[in-house]
Amino acid sequence: MLDADFFHRWMIAAAGLVDRDAEHLTELDSAIGDADHGSNLRRGFAAVSAALAKEPPQTPGAVLSLAGRQLISTVGGASGPLYGTLLRRTGKALGGAPAVSRADLARALGEGVAAVSQLGGAQAGDKTMLDALLPAVDALGTSFAAGRDAARAGAEATVPLRARKGRASYLGERSVGHQDPGATSAALLIAALADTAETAGGEA
Amino acid sequence: MSRDAQVGIVLVSHSGPVADSVAELARGLAAGGATAPVAAAGGTLAGGLGTSTELIAEAARSVDAGAGVAVLVDLGSAVLTVKAMLAEGDELPAGARLVDAPFVEGAVAAVVTASAGGDLDAVQAAASEAYDYRKA
Repeated sequence: MLDADFFHRWMIAAAGLVDRDAEHLTELDSAIGDADHGSNLRRGFAAVSAALAKEPPQTPGAVLSLAGRQLISTVGGASGPLYGTLLRRTGKALGGAPAVSRADLARALGEGVAAVSQLGGAQAGDKTMLDALLPAVDALGTSFAAGRDAARAGAEATVPLRARKGRASYLGERSVGHQDPGATSAALLIAALADTAETAGGEA
Repeated sequence: MSRDAQVGIVLVSHSGPVADSVAELARGLAAGGATAPVAAAGGTLAGGLGTSTELIAEAARSVDAGAGVAVLVDLGSAVLTVKAMLAEGDELPAGARLVDAPFVEGAVAAVVTASAGGDLDAVQAAASEAYDYRKA
């Protein structure tokens, strides 16, 4: 079972991967966006780490709710409310349980992803973070490692797509040929989850 | 709703100067007596492009007189941030509502209507109707 400490370590791991890849994310974003995705997310996840350290929440749901709230208030760009809604809604779906199973998490994350889709109005294939998250949610039912692989494959599969949401959509055909920054960072979030599960030595 | 309270207007832009200027324009065009309270919340706390939940929440508090708050947004993170804040439930005043309207034209319509004593539904309708004015 996955407790609050596991979710806390997941968020710290995500902050680490975002920090490591921030320049790469910004580079991807400079091709089709406004060149701030890496720095925005780095600031957001640094705030998440700080908030969690200050007052560690006692349940998995509370960890994700606090993290989501931090992202909404500190990121500044559209990825803030999108990732914030993802984590907050997932946290809400987990409720007040002191520990949850991988299947519980996959189900809750599915609700979080649906909320992101509703907030941004995007669907699968629109070249957004959903293209990494939707396959990841399905694969998490199998294992954490399968979730990581599916998210990564989903992000890579955004290269030939034409953007239909956000600033990149103004580029039309010129958005084709670039990997979506949001799908790339979403794959990092899922990779951090799998890394945390492997470090914990739990069922992967 | 208090009989005398006016609907407050919050203008949320990706850019601080855009929000400030549109607020000034709307106040100017609504002139002729006291105008409804208008607050701009553009850009990030650091003054860059983006949106700040802190600035938005503060702006909404400052114009909330109990008759409701109409929030108009321009693009990208401004839209998504306000939607996410409304979903959260406790960062914006109870009577705050996201109004679907063109930013500049909707702001003028909203401020004129609110200044004339229109309620939140009337302000929302006037701002949204600004979409119907075709320019070519």
